[in-house]
Amino acid sequence: MKVTRKAPRWPVPAVLDGDDEALITAIQGGLPLVPEPYAELGRRIGLSEDEVIARLRRLQETGVIKRLGVVVRHHELGYRANAMTVWDIPDDQVDTLGACMGRFEFVTLCYRRPRRLPDWPYNLFTMIHGRDRDEVQANIALLVRECGLEHIAHEVLFSRRRFKQRGALYHAPEPAHGGT
Amino acid sequence: MHRQREVYDGERLQPLEKRLLNDFQHDLPLVSRPFAAMAERLGVSEQDVIDTLAALRERGFISRVGAVFRANTIGASTLAAMALPEDELEKVAELVNGYREVNHNYQREHRFNLWFVVTAEDEAALRRVLDDIETRSGHAVLHLPMLADYHIDLGFELQWT
Repeated sequence: MKVTRKAPRWPVPAVLDGDDEALITAIQGGLPLVPEPYAELGRRIGLSEDEVIARLRRLQETGVIKRLGVVVRHHELGYRANAMTVWDIPDDQVDTLGACMGRFEFVTLCYRRPRRLPDWPYNLFTMIHGRDRDEVQANIALLVRECGLEHIAHEVLFSRRRFKQRGALYHAPEPAHGGT
Repeated sequence: MHRQREVYDGERLQPLEKRLLNDFQHDLPLVSRPFAAMAERLGVSEQDVIDTLAALRERGFISRVGAVFRANTIGASTLAAMALPEDELEKVAELVNGYREVNHNYQREHRFNLWFVVTAEDEAALRRVLDDIETRSGHAVLHLPMLADYHIDLGFELQWT
């Protein structure tokens, strides 16, 4: 099991100008698969290739872009099981334990969220993928052992059906949903 | 979008396809010709890389070659949950899917059995969507915005065995 060693990168408040926003809109469906994709993106929004590359580099440095690369579809690649595993962690330990869990490669999301008592007591959310449920359970057991979570209440919410999955649309051009 | 999705069969993925899927999930080269830079590492032609990526996208194995954005650095987003009676689940899931602001929507095995992500241009727009879903479905929506992100996103190592 590979564990990454880098420290977490904390979100930095980012100041985005109009060109950044245009670039984010232009790139959210993916890079055009042509020999010079950054030049092509630039043509669409009136920026030079150098400007596009410099802005993408800065968006990565400031943490707006977490990564730039091939975005795979886990389910289609045989990772049929995914479990949102939720933990009820004392507030003064959540940063430390969250950072521990966020380093594991099979953890694809690790967020702190608010509790909603009495309905919802859990404040840390991890998404854990595996080829089947046994692999997911084994990964959770490893997390418990490695991060010392034996006394932390948790629940494992396996997915049963996927109704929708696509990248987020941040600046969709069409008007808001009309079905109200 | 109802493109026919191929069923995964590791045997049918070629070595070049496996390397493109696994080795380039982050640090896509920020150079004029990134696919040529990848091709050089792989010992194939730039056109091979472009064609293979396009085919993998067409077959549904990759969603895009591009950026993964950190939640809440642009716009506003939240994770939402609903506890629905079994016989209403499908109907409400369809209602939720109808919003362009909803980009993930899963049934999960729990009393809270419908989980979806809502992304909007700002907090007010986000609230409007959640309120609208509550009103139209007649069920409460749990609003669970991200407070901190502890995850280091280096992609996901695929195992082919």
